[in-house]
Amino acid sequence: MTKLRILAVGVGGQGILLFSRVLGEACLAAGLPVAMSEVHGMAQRGGVVETNIVLGWKSPLISEGEADVLVGLEPVETLRALPRCRPDTVIISNTDPLVPQIVKDGLATYPDLEPALARLRETFAQVYLFPGERIAKDAGTSRALNMVALGALAGTGFLPLSKEDFLASLRRLVKAKYLEANERAFEAGFAVTAP
Amino acid sequence: MHPIVEAQKGDQLLLLGNEAIVRGALEAGLRVAAAYPGTPSSEIGNLLFQLEKELPGLYFEFSTNEKVAMEVAAAAAASGLRSLTCLKHVGLNVAADALMTLAYIGVRGGMVIVTADDPSCHSSQNEQDNRLYARFAGLPMLEPASPEEARRMTAYAFELSEKLEVPVILRTTTRVSHARAVVTAGEIADYHQRVVGRFEKDPRRWVPVPAVARVRHQVLLEKVREATILADGSSWNRLSGEGSFGLVTSGVAVNYVLDALEELGLQEKIKLLILGFTYPHPMGLLADFLKGLETCLVVEELEPFLEEAVRLVAQERGLSVNVLGKATGHLPRLYEFTPGLVKEAMAKALGVEREVPQKPDLSWVPELPPRPPTLCPGCPHRETYLVIKEVLEELGEASNTIYPTDIGCYTLGLLPPIQMADYLICMGSSVGSSCGFSVATDQRVVSFIGDSTFFHAGLSPLASAVYNKHRFTLVIMDNETTAMTGHQPVPSQELRWPGLEDRPRIDLEAVVRALGVTQVVTINPYHKEEAKDLVRPVLSSRELGVIISKAPCILFRKRVKK
Repeated sequence: MTKLRILAVGVGGQGILLFSRVLGEACLAAGLPVAMSEVHGMAQRGGVVETNIVLGWKSPLISEGEADVLVGLEPVETLRALPRCRPDTVIISNTDPLVPQIVKDGLATYPDLEPALARLRETFAQVYLFPGERIAKDAGTSRALNMVALGALAGTGFLPLSKEDFLASLRRLVKAKYLEANERAFEAGFAVTAP
Repeated sequence: MHPIVEAQKGDQLLLLGNEAIVRGALEAGLRVAAAYPGTPSSEIGNLLFQLEKELPGLYFEFSTNEKVAMEVAAAAAASGLRSLTCLKHVGLNVAADALMTLAYIGVRGGMVIVTADDPSCHSSQNEQDNRLYARFAGLPMLEPASPEEARRMTAYAFELSEKLEVPVILRTTTRVSHARAVVTAGEIADYHQRVVGRFEKDPRRWVPVPAVARVRHQVLLEKVREATILADGSSWNRLSGEGSFGLVTSGVAVNYVLDALEELGLQEKIKLLILGFTYPHPMGLLADFLKGLETCLVVEELEPFLEEAVRLVAQERGLSVNVLGKATGHLPRLYEFTPGLVKEAMAKALGVEREVPQKPDLSWVPELPPRPPTLCPGCPHRETYLVIKEVLEELGEASNTIYPTDIGCYTLGLLPPIQMADYLICMGSSVGSSCGFSVATDQRVVSFIGDSTFFHAGLSPLASAVYNKHRFTLVIMDNETTAMTGHQPVPSQELRWPGLEDRPRIDLEAVVRALGVTQVVTINPYHKEEAKDLVRPVLSSRELGVIISKAPCILFRKRVKK
């Protein structure tokens, strides 16, 4: 089988744990040997959060240059994770910024994204960028950004999972009252990258 | 019913290492568990806390600190029940007094001590290697490499503990506790009703006065010898392959080594020893393994624990094997490993070419703002800090004041713009160090401690402060929960998880007054002007005073009211 290393990055509170849970449970249901590593605790308080998801490998951790797929829930976090990618890494990223408190307090600056994202497209062969927060809001709630990103990952077709595999897992894990908006968000994300 | 209990034998679950430990314990018939929360061990206690409500045959409590929790579990095991305590690495320091002598008196029912270490200090104040506690206390230790191993090893740890009549240490690290992978459930024990233990009196066993302790130490050393034989023959210790190059590894590094062997195409070319039962060291097995080797690389995180055992065996057996590891600079003694680091060390030690991944040109990436963890928007701690800061500024004392702090979300008061955290050692050190600063300097001392940390390690230093007439202001930040580790209960809380409504409430102000503090005020930090008026006299005074700033954690309030 294909072995894959997927790195998901974002900010505490963006729902990266649910993103990885849905992806992981979809892999389990499809009989894929999945292992992941999560960050819990202090790092979640508005800090950088990442999940490493591997298929076929034993090490639930992704080193420099090892990511086959990078999913970024926040553009600066996508840029921060690039040393763990190769030129042929698939990059999937939200482009709507989540400005850190430290920037709001005037102690650091948020970079100009446009030129950086243009260079991102030049450097990597396969880059999928989308305004995730706006897409999620249109789908019903900006909190479903994580499901937009999951849909975008599913849409690329890089994983040995069908769209239905993802959706079935999503339906099992998302609470009933949020399900509709989350499914719509997933579909909207899927449409961004699906060929 | 919780899915972790519901799962039938043979079902596959995607579990965290910590969840797998709970499943393993339930399969082994765990009866009594107690813990004080601490990341990366927290999910074990959280899950047991939830399950206790569903399972009449399981008792769990959040104790006020790790030492109390260990004593609860020890007494249950002395009464013949299977028991468990779980803690983060530094939590074992708190419980170490109990641990060292518990090893002497031992147990009857199986007892498992889960220590979750935190290499790289993801959420800790140090990265101590608790494997050294196994050697220090003379207790058997198992180290899982994955969630599935964590489940099976936990179940085995109870058996081993009962066989040897000593507690068994199950040691994980962040990357095992917080790894999530496929686990196949075994048979769960019967939890339909409470199982009652019975304590059989035997003072020559359970009361280690000097005459008893001297005998029990002999017994313990005998058990270490017995356990060494078990470790030698243990199926957790696996020897494979042939060749003159050997590699020993354990814990999460096992995964990195196996992947690297595959990527470097070396699976058939080296002799590999994977250790899961790491203490007592399997000395006989290590000797067999080392025989005929020219070189041996030891791949383990943090301290050279196995590396030194390998050197010892080589010396004892007169083997001239070249041992590579930390002493030779092949691997660091600092921080957690990464798969890349292990691969590089292995390639270097074996003298093989490593295919280095092509690097993308990233010269264009702009400077990125850091994203340190911060207090949540609306957090009461921020309001408390501002109240204290503004009054000290009025008094012209803000910059001359020493601010000892403690372990909790409020440690983030370190960061700008608050910057009111000057000194920290461990749980409770805000109070003890304030005593020291008040005698060593003439600076004003205002220290901060959370409600849960106060019950954990703040009571006895405050009594000491009163008796020794120390002068400082202690601010107890009472957010009615242990917030940072996932909102566990605190004895003083009014806001409670369902099911805890009938618990007695220990009033913080009453406790502080009972300890002899006369200057005590309670404030609501959101009512700023009123709060400032209340704290002004306390902060102006040079006598010991306590300010209780009471407002629930906003996330906890939201979760409880759901």
